Amino acid sequence: MIPSAVAEIAGFCMQVTRTRDPPKSGRITATKPYPVHLMKNGSSKHLEVVGKPFRKVDASAKVTGQTKFADDIVLPRMLYCKILRSHVPHALIRKIDTSKAVAMPGVVAVITGKSLPIPYGILPVSQDEHALCLDKVRMIGDPVAAVAAIDEDAAFEAMNAIEVEYDPLPVISSIQDALRSPGSAHMDDNPSRTGGPQLAGENKEAWRIHGYGDHGNVHKMVALEFGDVEEGFKQADLIREDVFFYEGNTHLPMEQHAAVAQVDGDGKLCLWSSTQTPHYVHRALAKVLEMPASRIRVIATPNGGGFGGKSDPFPHEMIVSKLALLTGRPVKVTLTREEVFYCHRGRHPVLMWVKTGAKKDGAITAMHFRSFLDGGAYGSYGVASTYYTGALQTVTYKIPNYKFEGVRVFTNKPPCGPKRGHGTPQPRYALEVHLDKIAEQLRLDPVAIRKNHLVEPYSLTSNYLRVGSMGLAACIDKVVTASDFKNKFRNLPYGKGIGLACASYLSGAGLPIYWNHMPHSGVQLRLDRQGGVCVMCGSIDIGQGSDSVLAYIIAEVLGIDPFDIRVLTADTDLTPVDLGSYSSRVTLMTGNAALEAAERARDLLIRAVSEKMNIPATRLSLSGGRLFDVENPETSISFAEAVQIAEARFGTIGTVGSYTPPPSAGKYKGAGVGPSPAYSYDAAVAEVEVDPRTGIVRVERIWIAHDIGRAINPALTLGQVEGSVYMGLGEALMEEMSYRTNRNVVHKFPSLLEYKSPTTLEMCDVKTFLIEDPDPNGPFGAKEVGQGPLLPVPPAIANAVYDAVQVRIDEVPITPDKVLSAIQKRDEKQEDEGESANGGGTGITRGVEEPHRYGPKSVPEVDWPEPVRVKPPWDGGTGKEILREAVHARE
Amino acid sequence: MKQRRKIRKQKAHIAFVLNGEPCEVAFAPHKTLLEVLREDLNLTGTKHGCELGECGTCAVLLDGKPVLSCLVLGLDAEGREVTTVEGMQLPEGRLHPLQETFADLGAAQCGYCTPGFLLTALELLAKNPKPTREEIAQALSGNLCRCTGYIKIYEAVELAAAHMRGEKAEVAEEVVYGLKS
Ligand code: FES
Ligand code: FES
Repeated sequence: MIPSAVAEIAGFCMQVTRTRDPPKSGRITATKPYPVHLMKNGSSKHLEVVGKPFRKVDASAKVTGQTKFADDIVLPRMLYCKILRSHVPHALIRKIDTSKAVAMPGVVAVITGKSLPIPYGILPVSQDEHALCLDKVRMIGDPVAAVAAIDEDAAFEAMNAIEVEYDPLPVISSIQDALRSPGSAHMDDNPSRTGGPQLAGENKEAWRIHGYGDHGNVHKMVALEFGDVEEGFKQADLIREDVFFYEGNTHLPMEQHAAVAQVDGDGKLCLWSSTQTPHYVHRALAKVLEMPASRIRVIATPNGGGFGGKSDPFPHEMIVSKLALLTGRPVKVTLTREEVFYCHRGRHPVLMWVKTGAKKDGAITAMHFRSFLDGGAYGSYGVASTYYTGALQTVTYKIPNYKFEGVRVFTNKPPCGPKRGHGTPQPRYALEVHLDKIAEQLRLDPVAIRKNHLVEPYSLTSNYLRVGSMGLAACIDKVVTASDFKNKFRNLPYGKGIGLACASYLSGAGLPIYWNHMPHSGVQLRLDRQGGVCVMCGSIDIGQGSDSVLAYIIAEVLGIDPFDIRVLTADTDLTPVDLGSYSSRVTLMTGNAALEAAERARDLLIRAVSEKMNIPATRLSLSGGRLFDVENPETSISFAEAVQIAEARFGTIGTVGSYTPPPSAGKYKGAGVGPSPAYSYDAAVAEVEVDPRTGIVRVERIWIAHDIGRAINPALTLGQVEGSVYMGLGEALMEEMSYRTNRNVVHKFPSLLEYKSPTTLEMCDVKTFLIEDPDPNGPFGAKEVGQGPLLPVPPAIANAVYDAVQVRIDEVPITPDKVLSAIQKRDEKQEDEGESANGGGTGITRGVEEPHRYGPKSVPEVDWPEPVRVKPPWDGGTGKEILREAVHARE
Repeated sequence: MKQRRKIRKQKAHIAFVLNGEPCEVAFAPHKTLLEVLREDLNLTGTKHGCELGECGTCAVLLDGKPVLSCLVLGLDAEGREVTTVEGMQLPEGRLHPLQETFADLGAAQCGYCTPGFLLTALELLAKNPKPTREEIAQALSGNLCRCTGYIKIYEAVELAAAHMRGEKAEVAEEVVYGLKS
């Protein structure tokens, strides 16, 4: 039980009686025995807010239904927008006839691509989207025309009255199709094999979804080599190859995207939108609308779940903005659930091949990893996603020689992008299952093979990622002990199994999305002479609690109650830029900016009071809503009085703080993806029950330990861990974006019912440990938690399924049909004595009896580009690539 | 001269009890209760995730029983009692014990699914003041939440149930700090 004193301070009332209204945290006093934290300026202070399970600052609004989400905004004279979307996957637009729609009652405006001809995209290198398709549609669901009408029904009817004529183009529906389509370097001589209509004159361009990219439908190819993998393989006692597939899946936030645009009285445009990245939307709007950014205001409304799905600028945001400008009236759009599936930007389907050389003790000598990403119809974050499928393999176990090759292709499907874990759950799944197989082959314990070869804390990896605090060993110990892994592993009855996996994730990307030297996060703080504190920051709360983190950190430094702070966020007119709620960057980056602003404000107060009261500044401290003399605690003044003294001395008290990540150690081309100020670590053990007659996998429990650095709020941290485990469980067992390839790649089930996600009945029990190994780069040592804990879940489950029924499922999601098919194949083979029981087929080490498996058998042949070669740090490398001439000279 | 445009009355007009108070409202007769609440009565606390009866986000109580308001016609509310999240608070604006524990334990992350969960749980506790974890999971199985993994929701419902039974319930340390060993 929590000691009652702590509970009281935490505002966490343990008593039955509930009289607080509005809910407030208990009063803070300065004399409680909290851990001492060394502040940045060297003074030490007991933590009063950080590390305590406070409520979120917006908790009351959320439980009373008062939080205003985008669709909750209603303005006078507001029009409703509906967007007509393509029902064909790939076609030229021959003609759009809007005349019937325009003439319908209640219709105020109808627009097509001509009204918004400027392309945009989240990455500067992939400006390949149009708010409304100009001359070509690239997927079912691509927006073609939009209507604004006086009510939703009128808009809907008018949308349906718009007539579009299409000239169909060949359809690209898979990685293999895309790689082989005419115009690609790996072109297939017989284009009809891809199933698309044969075009007269063999027009190669017709097969191309975009007119840019590496070639054909290849969007991006990357190749990097750190050290010398061939040399590394020579030193290995065992070389193993495996092939895996991770199916795409989607974020499925409960809130559908929505936006409202209005032209204000002063002629400026204001857009409220359910977006994770108001700053990028602001930039995209200025570009597409050809308006000065100073005349555009973007307010991100609290997101009803994001998970990465609201991180791109979207067509509907541009469309309602344009319609508001054209009609002079507010315009709202709320996407239907089906449209949300088309917006997608979710997990890339990734086919992977991995080859690893290992010593007898499990030490890795070299790893070669290839990934093939199905990008869908647009670039989105895809170039970054491609690099991410190869970047973070190196931060868990030592990999002295590492080679990565990746290719992302365009297909006529909704575009993939960043989903919780952005590009890393797929390779992590492959790596952790692959490692399990290596351990088995070497007859090593899966715990030992991991724990004995961990990357050192405060070290550089072969690909120049700077690892800071590294609590993975402690994470492994916790889950292994708590789950009794050692006794259960390979000892449970048939049908029951246990599996282990580890992972790591970024605490924010080290580089911004568009090249610049400015801070990634800014915070502005204003202190009111009556004691009020207002914090302004561009970050947006998507449910993760970023507003609360701002308040907690500032409250900690200023010694006040976090619930006395006014938090104003995500308004491009009012708040300093923060790049957005993605890449798990907010606690670390915004937190550091808030810490800087708060420490500056604290210093002003202390200086002014020190002068006025003639007490040395070093003796003054802020705590419990008061400023007092630590040597003589009876001498104290209230926080408001301190602000008054400071305001009299310095004028209005406002401070700013900002955060720029440290420069990355890698200087080679491609070094921009992977660096982070700090890496979080996770270990998870899954215990499963597999019914061998049905193939149904039931996850009973997951033990997970997360190295958070320091939990700014442990209760909210646990919530992020549990939510990540939940989402990982869904990806592991059931979630998939799947399309009817033979029917125009139409999405099989764009609905909440048919897209299977875990309900309360599928969710497993979760046992969470928080490991606190403070990282010097994090505010109070904090690292990320929103994404990392998802990563070990799918491989832990896959490894547990193998432990249960001794078949390998090398493809996610692990659905009953796959498990059953592998079990049946094995049983058939075992009955047939004539055949060897080898069910492999992945090109793995010969002569070893391989368990039966379900999964892809091979990867496509690709002419990989010459890799960028980099010497690892321990080999005299500088982080720069070896110049090509030098490479050749060596050869 | 311009011809005067003919405007016909098209709205239905009903009276019902909304959050304990009499309420009259006019709306296009094909509208769902969800739309009437949100659009015609401005009670935006009730959310939607699909409007097809698939997610539970729009749950409200109709005569004390949870219904998916996206599947109920507004007209069907005539003469009945509807409770939305806005009606959950206790006198003097105090939070309901369920709202308190959802807030305390972080059972509302983005908060979008929260109103639906609160009302479904409210009805569960009305008929079963001491539900087991399995009973809670069963009762809430029609509500999807993408943020929490449901664990904090279970814990909040259990704690609120104890409070509502008048017990001096305390939160186990692991619920807010995690396990130690
Ligand atoms: S909105 Fe009613 S069930 Fe989804
Ligand atoms: S709290 Fe976000 S969906 Fe439940």
